[in-house]
Amino acid sequence: MMANLTIGEPLIKCVDVTKTYIMGEQQVHALNKVSVDFIAGEMTAIMGPSGSGKSTLMNLLGALDTPTSGDLFIEGRNLSSLDVDELADLRNKTIGFVFQQFNLLNRATALTNVKLPLRYSREPVADIDARAIECLSMVGLSDRMNHRPMQLSGGQQQRVAIARALATRPAIILADEPTGALDSRTSIEIMELLVTLSKQGITVILVTHEEDVAEYAARKIYFRDGVIVADDRKMT
Amino acid sequence: MKLKLAISSAIEALLANVLRSFLTMLGIMIGVASVMAMMAISEGAAIQVDQQISALGASNLTVRPGASRRGGRHSGANSAPPFTDKQVQILQQEPYVTAISVRNSGAVTVVSGSDNWATQLYGTNVGYFETQSWGVTAGEIFTQRQISQSAAVVVIGKTVADTLFEGTNPLGQVIRAKNVPLRVIGVLEEKGQSSFGGDRDDIVIVPITTARNRILGAHKTTPKHVSSITISIADGYIMADVQNQLEDRLREIRRIKPGSADNFRVFNIADFVRARSSTQATMGVLLAFTAAVSLIVGGVGVMNIMLVSVTERTREIGLRMAVGARKGDILGQFLAEAILLCLIGGLIGSALGVGAAELAANVGGFPISISPMIAATALSAAIFIGLFFGYFPARRAAQLNPIEALRHE
Repeated sequence: MMANLTIGEPLIKCVDVTKTYIMGEQQVHALNKVSVDFIAGEMTAIMGPSGSGKSTLMNLLGALDTPTSGDLFIEGRNLSSLDVDELADLRNKTIGFVFQQFNLLNRATALTNVKLPLRYSREPVADIDARAIECLSMVGLSDRMNHRPMQLSGGQQQRVAIARALATRPAIILADEPTGALDSRTSIEIMELLVTLSKQGITVILVTHEEDVAEYAARKIYFRDGVIVADDRKMT
Repeated sequence: MKLKLAISSAIEALLANVLRSFLTMLGIMIGVASVMAMMAISEGAAIQVDQQISALGASNLTVRPGASRRGGRHSGANSAPPFTDKQVQILQQEPYVTAISVRNSGAVTVVSGSDNWATQLYGTNVGYFETQSWGVTAGEIFTQRQISQSAAVVVIGKTVADTLFEGTNPLGQVIRAKNVPLRVIGVLEEKGQSSFGGDRDDIVIVPITTARNRILGAHKTTPKHVSSITISIADGYIMADVQNQLEDRLREIRRIKPGSADNFRVFNIADFVRARSSTQATMGVLLAFTAAVSLIVGGVGVMNIMLVSVTERTREIGLRMAVGARKGDILGQFLAEAILLCLIGGLIGSALGVGAAELAANVGGFPISISPMIAATALSAAIFIGLFFGYFPARRAAQLNPIEALRHE
């Protein structure tokens, strides 16, 4: 999974990453020369007001977008050297996404939803069903496999989404406001689940507005106007 | 692109909205059904024409004397000198000839006992039965030996047999034509109506020598005359080429000076029948074209719904890209969806088309022909339509930006 990296080495490395949008006549720097490393196995919360650049960074980390300038390395590979298909394969193999709105396929069962990334995998998994069932058990939903999203609660739907993110055994989980659509009690369950995954060695990076959600993370990075204004690690 | 995944994703999507899938297919169904029915009907008509041609002799050329011109007076057709046995023997040596037949004809009244019947009498050689692919149902045809002896034998058509002998066996009976008694040695197979509406079975056939010497009489200027020659052409020759060669050869044989007009005419029966049926063929092409247009309209319908579907499922596409679908995977999924819609529509349409063609045959009396070839053509047309009209929406899906797609409401 983490080929030539050990825990403690930077898994993700951003060097002078800039993302510029052109809005009419004006250039907007969504990210302005951001350099930051993410260490394997560390759980990080990215915070900041709307438009501060945190979502832009998440899109870049998720290989969904490319920087205007600067370099981004994941597992030592420079993303700007990869073509669109290689980026798709990287997302499939190395990154798991968790979204605020879950983004499950409503007509498919929980099991089918979890199988989706495995079906796109270029490295065939011997038993896709067994793998998906295993991931659903990890999030505590082995008894809801054949339910459709509409038959599940919000918290359960987000668990299915996390199981889907885990399916290809990625090194990184990117969670964009994972508790934004959940009540506080369910939010706690989801955050505890993400902490557990982090303890198992997965690098969890999440974006959130809420300070108490960010508290679960070992590291908090604050963004404002496209630059990092604070980077705090919990003392352990 | 992963083919299996594209197909299974497409099936899931189609099953998710069965009613819409069915309505989308409807256009293709109707298009394929009408293409099938029209092709079955025009194919049926074409086969009927071919049957008519082969009944008349598929690869036969017929030669008749042309008009004669003497001192500025232009006589009618067949007024030029007839052919002779000698000329026929020369023609027989040509490489493209597989069979050659000669025929002199005249109207006679045949008499059997107290019964009589006005009919047509042909004097022919043995080759006649070969060029016309005509055999006997009872008895036999005359032999070369009987021809050289001007034997008083006759082969009669079914109509004559039915009229004069009404159920009794005609073989061995004697009929008289112009007071010449002829022994019936064979009854011909039934040929039915000719394409000109005449009864081809209303005929009696005798050796050409018998006709010339004993019944119809000899030509006043040409001894051993032959008024019509039919040649069967060997396989592999092009009819038009052979026709030219034959015309050149005939000019030599009949010693026509360069610059003078031919005094004979070569007829190609197949051409004649085809020309007669070309209106029918034009009609068939027109109908097939209309059907093809309806298939295209069906394709536009598929494209329309696919575009709606891509817009509706933008978030799903974004998600699939986020979890690792390549552009090719997305393209494949939507293309597979369009092709599958058209293929299923095409299958149902084919069944409907066969039904419609059968109905046209049973109710309208159209000749139809449903071959696997027609079904294959209609189905491949449907698949092509799916590919063609599915590509644009599929490409649009594949070109989506995953970030914007995921944010799409």
